[in-house]
Amino acid sequence: MGAMRYSAWQILKQGLTGNAGWKPIWRSPEPSPEYDVIIIGGGGHGLSTAYYLAKNHGITNVAVLEKGYIGSGNVGRNTTIVRANYYLPGNSEFYSHSLKLWEGLEADFNFNAMFSQRGIINLFHSDGQRDAFVRRGNAMVNQGDDARLLDRGELRKILPYLDYDQARFPIYGGLYHARGGSARHDAVAWGYARGADMRGVDIIQNCEVTGISIENGRVTGVETTRGPIRAKKVGMVAAGRSGRVAAMAGLRLPIESHVLQAFVSEGIKPCIDHVISFGMGHFYISQSDKGGLVFGGDLDFYATYAARGNLPMVEHVMEAGMTLMPMIGKAKVLRSWGGIMDMTPDGSPIIDKTPIDGLYVDAGWCYGGFKAVPASGWCMAHLMATDRPHDVARNFRLDRFRQGNLMDEEGTGSQHNLH
Amino acid sequence: MMRVAGRGLIDRETPLGFRFDGREYSGFAGDTLASALLANGVRLVGRSFKYHRPRGILTAGSEEPNALMEIDRNGDITPNVRATVQELHDGLVAHSQNRWPSLSNDLMAVNDLLSPFLGAGFYYKTFMWPSAFWEKLYEPVIRHAAGLGRMRRVHDDTRNEKAFAHCDVLVIGSGPAGLMAALTAARTGVDVILAEQDSDFGGQLLWSGETVAGQPGTEWASDIVRELGAMDNVRLMRRTTVTGAYDGGVYGALERVSQHLATPEADMPAETFWRITTRSAVLAAGAIERPVAFPMNDRPGVMMSSAVQQYLNRFGVLAGKRVAIFANNDGAHRLADDLMAAGATVAGVIDSRADAPRSDAFRVWPGAVVTGTKGRQAIRSVTIRSDGRTFQEEVDCLAMSGGWNPSLHLSCHMNTRPEWSDDIQSFVPRDDAVPGLFAAGAANGDMSTRACLNSGIASAKSALKRIGVTAKAPKSPEAEDRRYVIAPLWEVSNAKGRAWLDFQNDVTTKDVHQAARENMQSVEHMKRYTTQGMATDQGKNSNINALAVLADTTGRSIPETGTTTFRPPYVPVSIAAMGAGGRGKGFAPERFTTSHDLTDQQKAPWIEAGLWYRPSYFPEAGEKTWRESCDREVLMVRNSVGVSDVSTLGKIDIQGPDAARLLDMAYTNMFSTLKTGRVRYGLMLREDGFVMDDGTTARLGDNHYLMTTTTAAAGQVMRHLEFITQCLHPEWDVRIISVTDQWAQFAVAGPRARAVLNGILDKPVEDADFPFMSCGDVAIGGIAGRLYRISFSGELGYEIAVPAGYGESLYALLLAGARAEGGGPYGMEALNVLRIEKGFLTHAEIDGRVTAFDVGMGAMVSPRKDCIGKTASERPGLNGDARCQLVGIRPTGAVKQLTAGAHLFAERAAAVRENSEGWVTSVGYSPVLESYLGLAFLKNGRARHGEKIRLVDHLREVEAICEVSGPVFFDPDGGRARG
Amino acid sequence: MRIKCPICGERDRREYYYVGDAIALRRPEPDAGEEAWDDYLHLRDNPAGRTRDLWYHEMGCSAWIVVERDTLTHEIYDTGLASAVTKAGE
Repeated sequence: MGAMRYSAWQILKQGLTGNAGWKPIWRSPEPSPEYDVIIIGGGGHGLSTAYYLAKNHGITNVAVLEKGYIGSGNVGRNTTIVRANYYLPGNSEFYSHSLKLWEGLEADFNFNAMFSQRGIINLFHSDGQRDAFVRRGNAMVNQGDDARLLDRGELRKILPYLDYDQARFPIYGGLYHARGGSARHDAVAWGYARGADMRGVDIIQNCEVTGISIENGRVTGVETTRGPIRAKKVGMVAAGRSGRVAAMAGLRLPIESHVLQAFVSEGIKPCIDHVISFGMGHFYISQSDKGGLVFGGDLDFYATYAARGNLPMVEHVMEAGMTLMPMIGKAKVLRSWGGIMDMTPDGSPIIDKTPIDGLYVDAGWCYGGFKAVPASGWCMAHLMATDRPHDVARNFRLDRFRQGNLMDEEGTGSQHNLH
Repeated sequence: MMRVAGRGLIDRETPLGFRFDGREYSGFAGDTLASALLANGVRLVGRSFKYHRPRGILTAGSEEPNALMEIDRNGDITPNVRATVQELHDGLVAHSQNRWPSLSNDLMAVNDLLSPFLGAGFYYKTFMWPSAFWEKLYEPVIRHAAGLGRMRRVHDDTRNEKAFAHCDVLVIGSGPAGLMAALTAARTGVDVILAEQDSDFGGQLLWSGETVAGQPGTEWASDIVRELGAMDNVRLMRRTTVTGAYDGGVYGALERVSQHLATPEADMPAETFWRITTRSAVLAAGAIERPVAFPMNDRPGVMMSSAVQQYLNRFGVLAGKRVAIFANNDGAHRLADDLMAAGATVAGVIDSRADAPRSDAFRVWPGAVVTGTKGRQAIRSVTIRSDGRTFQEEVDCLAMSGGWNPSLHLSCHMNTRPEWSDDIQSFVPRDDAVPGLFAAGAANGDMSTRACLNSGIASAKSALKRIGVTAKAPKSPEAEDRRYVIAPLWEVSNAKGRAWLDFQNDVTTKDVHQAARENMQSVEHMKRYTTQGMATDQGKNSNINALAVLADTTGRSIPETGTTTFRPPYVPVSIAAMGAGGRGKGFAPERFTTSHDLTDQQKAPWIEAGLWYRPSYFPEAGEKTWRESCDREVLMVRNSVGVSDVSTLGKIDIQGPDAARLLDMAYTNMFSTLKTGRVRYGLMLREDGFVMDDGTTARLGDNHYLMTTTTAAAGQVMRHLEFITQCLHPEWDVRIISVTDQWAQFAVAGPRARAVLNGILDKPVEDADFPFMSCGDVAIGGIAGRLYRISFSGELGYEIAVPAGYGESLYALLLAGARAEGGGPYGMEALNVLRIEKGFLTHAEIDGRVTAFDVGMGAMVSPRKDCIGKTASERPGLNGDARCQLVGIRPTGAVKQLTAGAHLFAERAAAVRENSEGWVTSVGYSPVLESYLGLAFLKNGRARHGEKIRLVDHLREVEAICEVSGPVFFDPDGGRARG
Repeated sequence: MRIKCPICGERDRREYYYVGDAIALRRPEPDAGEEAWDDYLHLRDNPAGRTRDLWYHEMGCSAWIVVERDTLTHEIYDTGLASAVTKAGE
C-alpha cells in the first residue's frame, strides 16, 4: 500500500521539506462493483468493524459506505469518555475487553488518538447510591478491572473545587476508575480509517445507501447514490439511523432515536484533571488537552433525528454544573451540538445476525457508544467473519427483549429514552 | 495619544482610569477597553494559542479573536473577556493572558520557531512511544500549554439570573434594518422586543458616518429609539445578545447587566440569561468583515478596515498615524476619506481589483496585493506587489477588508445550511431556515443603508403577516444606496510566508493545504484536523476564508466544497449565566415535612430522600456515633414506642365507580375484593413485567381508595395511574389526585403505640375494633383525621394522618405521648434496620431489574385478572432458577460485618465475575438479634436456605462467610403486628 | 419547544414528560402472543419525519396528549387528548 508510517522522525523530515510530502491518511477510491463485505456507516463502529475484519480475519475486500464524511456521526459528537464500569454480566466483559483494546490502540493503528487514562470519578450523594456504586465497583474488580471507593475526605483532596458545603445533594464520596479517561474522538475514526485503508479496505464517502437488495431471504448487496454494489455480507452499523437502514430490509428494530447534547467551553488553563460524573441529575465533565471543558447531560428526551437540542436540557446541564462545581461558572460555553442516539429498551446494544441471511446489525449503543468502538468492531467483525457471536458480546442479541433476557443497567425498564 | 479631537460618541467630560498589565491608563466614558487601549497607543494585547505570536486588536466587536483578557474585580477574575465588548469603567483592571513571564517577553514564543514541525495534526503522528509516556510526559506538557485564560479553583459567587420574556415580534439587531423592522412592527401595536448586543442602538450608523433622512445616522437612530422607547408595547434591550434559535419560537439571549459598571448596585446580576418566546422574529444582526490571508497578516496593527473606521468615528481613536488599506471591495475606500479628514496619513489603498476606483485624495494601487509585513511586536511596514513590482511602505496600521459575511448564524441553529451568493461572495440565509425568522439588512446580504432600511420594513411585514397582522408600512427614509462591488480575494498567491486564517488558533493557509493533501478534504475534516474555527471567535472571522482556501486547493467551487454552519451559542455564554439559579440549594426544589422544625430542634441530621429531607437519627446526650442512636431507637420501637414522620410517601386519592377496576389493573393482586375500612399491601409492575413499586392501599368507601407509594416512586406511580385511566381506559369513571402534600402522616410503632394514640384521640381505639390492616376516620381535638393500622416495623403499628396544617401540632402531641410511654422519635436509620429485620422491601431491593418472582411474590400476581405487566412478567427470562432471588444473610464466620454492594460467591470459589452468584442490597445491625443482617439476591436463593456463602466486598475489603435464610429474620409469623 | 395542551393551551416543553411512540395506546390483549407484545413494548417504526407520540402534561393539568409532529424539523402539526384518541380507536 505504500502507507506512510508516522513518527517524530517523519514529522522532522516533512517539516524540513515544507510539509509537502505528507500522503493521504486514507484513500478515496471509486466503489468496486462487488465486495465480500459491505459495512453501512463510516462512524467509529463501522470503521473499527472494517479494521478488525481485515486485521483479525484477513477479510480485506471490504467497503465502508458513508453517506457524508467519515466520523460525521456520534464518534465526532460525544464527550469522549472511555470507561469499563458496567456491572451486569454480558456488559462487564464486553467493556472490559474494549478498554484493553483502547490501551493498545494507538500503537496498533499508528495514529495518536490521545487516549488519556486520567481517571473517572462517579460521585454519589446518598448511602443508597453509594451501595449501588459499590455493587458496580465490585463487579468491575470481579471482572479484573479497577475500581476504588473514595470517601468524602479523600475526594476533597483530589477534587478540592467541588461544592462540599452547599450543594443541593451533598457529596458523600465517589467511585474511582483509574483506567478510565478520555480520547480525541475524531482521531479514533481517522485512526481506524487509516488502519483499515492500509489493509486494503475501501472507504467510500458521500455514498448513501438507498436500498438493501435481498433475494430469497439472502442479502445480495446495496443500492447507493453512487450505484448498486453487490456484497456477500452486509453489516448495518448506522447508530441513530439504524432504524431507517433496517427499514430498507423490511425490519423493525427495538430502537428509538433521540438527541443528546454536548457542550464545550472556551479554552482555559488546566483545572479539571479527571472525568467527573455527578450522581444526582445527569452531568459529566472533563477538560480537553486544548483546555476546553467538555461536558454533557441527559437526552432531550423526545424522539428526533435533528442533531440539535433545546434549552431546557441545556440549562439543566449548566445548573447541575453550578451546584456541583461552581468554579466553572466563569467559563463560557463556546459550542453546543447534538448527536442522534440509538436508544434500546434496556440501554444495552445489539450485535447480531438478522432474520435475513448475510445481513448483520450493530446498533443500540444509546449514548455509550464511544468507549465501545474498539470492542464493537472487534465483535461485529468476529460475527460477520465466523457467523458466531464473539463470547464477550454473546448477550447482545436481538431476541433478548422478547425472551426477557434484559441487560438494564439503569433499571428504568422498557422506555427507550430512560436509559 | 491616538485620540482625535471632535470625533466620536465618547463623553470627554468623564475621564476614567484603568489598569492593563499593571500600568495605569485613562480613557473616557463610552470607550470600550479596546478603544481605550488603542487611544493609549497600546498595540500588543495578547498572544496566540499555539505559537504565542504577538497579537493586537483586530476587530471592534464580539467576534474579536485576539484581545482576550482577564478582568480582575478585586481578585475575582473572569478569563477570556473580549476587550472590544468590555465597556470601560473607572478602576477597571485587566491582565493579558497566555504568556510567561510577560506579554512583551513570552518565552513560549519559542513554539513559533518550531512551527514547521507543529503544523496541522502533528500530534496525531507522534507521542505514541512508549504508550505509558502519554499520561506521564507528553500529555502534561501539552496540557501545560493549553487554554488561554486561567480559571481559579474557587467557587464562582457571581450573581446571575434567568428570566422569561414573551413577545409577538423579536427584532435582533438595531442597525438601520433592525430599527425599521422594530418601528414597522411596533406601530401596529404588537408586542416587540428589540435586542441589541452593543451598549447602544444604531449598528453601523454609530460609526459609518452615513446620513439617513437628511440627518446624521446617529441622530436618526436616536430619534427612532426615542419613539420606540415611548411605546408601551416595545421593550428595548441593549447589551443583549441573542445567542440561540430553538424550536417553537424560543430564543436564548444574554444580557450583560452590570459588568460595565464601576460600582454595580448590590442586587444587580452580572448577567441575565433570557428565554424569549416570540411568534415571529427579524434577524437584523448585520455583517462581519473578513480578513484576507496574506503573509504575516497577523501582526499587531493589522486590523479590520471597519474596525479602524469604528475606532475613529465612534471612539475618536486613530488606530494608526500612517495607515495603508488593503481591500477587494469599495467599502474600504470610505475609510481613507475618514482617516484623512481626521488628520492621519493614508499611505495608500492596495486594491486587488484591477478596475478599482481611483481617488484624487490618496494613492490607489489597483490590481495590487500585500505580500508581507514587517515589525516585531507591531507592524512597521507593509510589502506591496503592484504591476509586477514589489516594494515596501512604512505604516503603523494596515486596515484590511476581504468583504463582508452576513451574520446569519442564528439561521443555522436549526440545521439549515445557508446558500452561496456570488454577488456578495458569501453565504446568505435561506428563507424559512428557522420558522418565523426573517432576515433583513446586511444579515441578509443587503449591503447599502438604503437597502437595509427597505429590507427592515419588508421583513417586519413578513413577520407580521405570519402572525396575522397587516402593517401599514412606514415610509423608507432617504439614505445612501452605494453599490457593494467585490472581487473574491481569499489568499494572496505566490507570496512567501505564513498567512493566517484563524488568528487565535494559529491556523494558516499552509495547514489547510496540508489537510487537503492528506485527504482531509471535507470542510468538517479540515476544521477538525487543523482546529480552524475552533477558537473562541467560533470561526466568525475565518471559516469562510478557510472554506474558500480549501475549495481552491482542491479545485472545487465553494458551494461544491461545502457550506459552513454555526451552532448555539452565537457568542460564548458563561456557564454561570445559563446555569443561573443552580448554585447550592437552587439546583432542585426542597420539600419539607410538617415536622421539620421540631425535628431540627432535636438536632437530627438530615438526609435527602428524593427532594424531601428526612431525619437520619435523633442523637441523645452521651451518644457518640449514629449507630448508638440507631440501636437505641430500634430497641425503643421494639420495646415501647417510636414516632416517625412518613408524610413523604406518595398518597394518591382515587375515587369513582371504577376505582376498584383501576386498582385491579395497576396492582398484581386484587383490590376490588378489599372491604371498606380495610388496607391491603399491593405490588405494582411496569408493563415490561418488572416491579415498579409497592405500598398499601386503603378502601375508605365503596368508590373511594387511598393509595400510598414509596417516596421515590410517587411521581412515577401518579403518571402511571393517569396513563391507565386516560390512555388505556378512558371509558372508566374514576378520578385520581395526588394528596401527598395535603396530609401529614406519622407512624406510631411499638407495643405501646395504642396507648400513645389513645392519649390523643377524641375517641380511643380498641384492638378488636381496629384490627391489623384496617383503617378509619378519627378525630384529634375535633380535627378530622385518618387512622391506618399498618406496620413497616413489624410491631403493633398505626399511621395517623391529619390535614397538613395540623401536622406540626400532631407531631408534637405524638412525641409527648411517646416520651410518656418511654418512647420517642426514630429516624431513617432505625426505620431501615426495623424493616430489614422484617425482610420488608425498599427500592434498594426493587431497583427496577427485579421481578415479583425474584422477591418471592410470584403468587401475588393474580391469575384471575389481567394487570399491567402481567403478560410480560411471564417471559422466560423473568422467571426460573437462573434468576437471583431475595434471601436473608447473616454472618456466621469470624468476620461479623456485612456490607451492601458486596457480591456473593460459593464458599471456596474465586471472587471473579464468572463465579458471582448474587449481591447484597441492604444491611443493618440488629440490636435485637445482636447480629448484622443482610438482604441479598442470590442465584436460585429460595432453594438454598441454610447454605453457607461467601460475601466479598473488594472495595471495602470485607469478606464474610454467611448463612442464607429467608428474608424475614424477626417475628416470622407476624404476631407482633397483629396483636 | 412549545406544545399545545388541548386543555391549558400552548406551553413550554419543560412542563411535559415524554414517554415515546403513541403505540403505547394500543395495548395488546393478554393472550395476543409474544410477537404482539414485543411489538408493543420494544419495536419501533422510529420514523424520520411525521410521527405520533405521547406526552404527559406533568407540570400542568396531568393530561396525556398525543402529539403529531416531525422528527426532522420538530414542527408540531396537531395535538389531542390521548383519551379521545383511545376512545376513537385510532
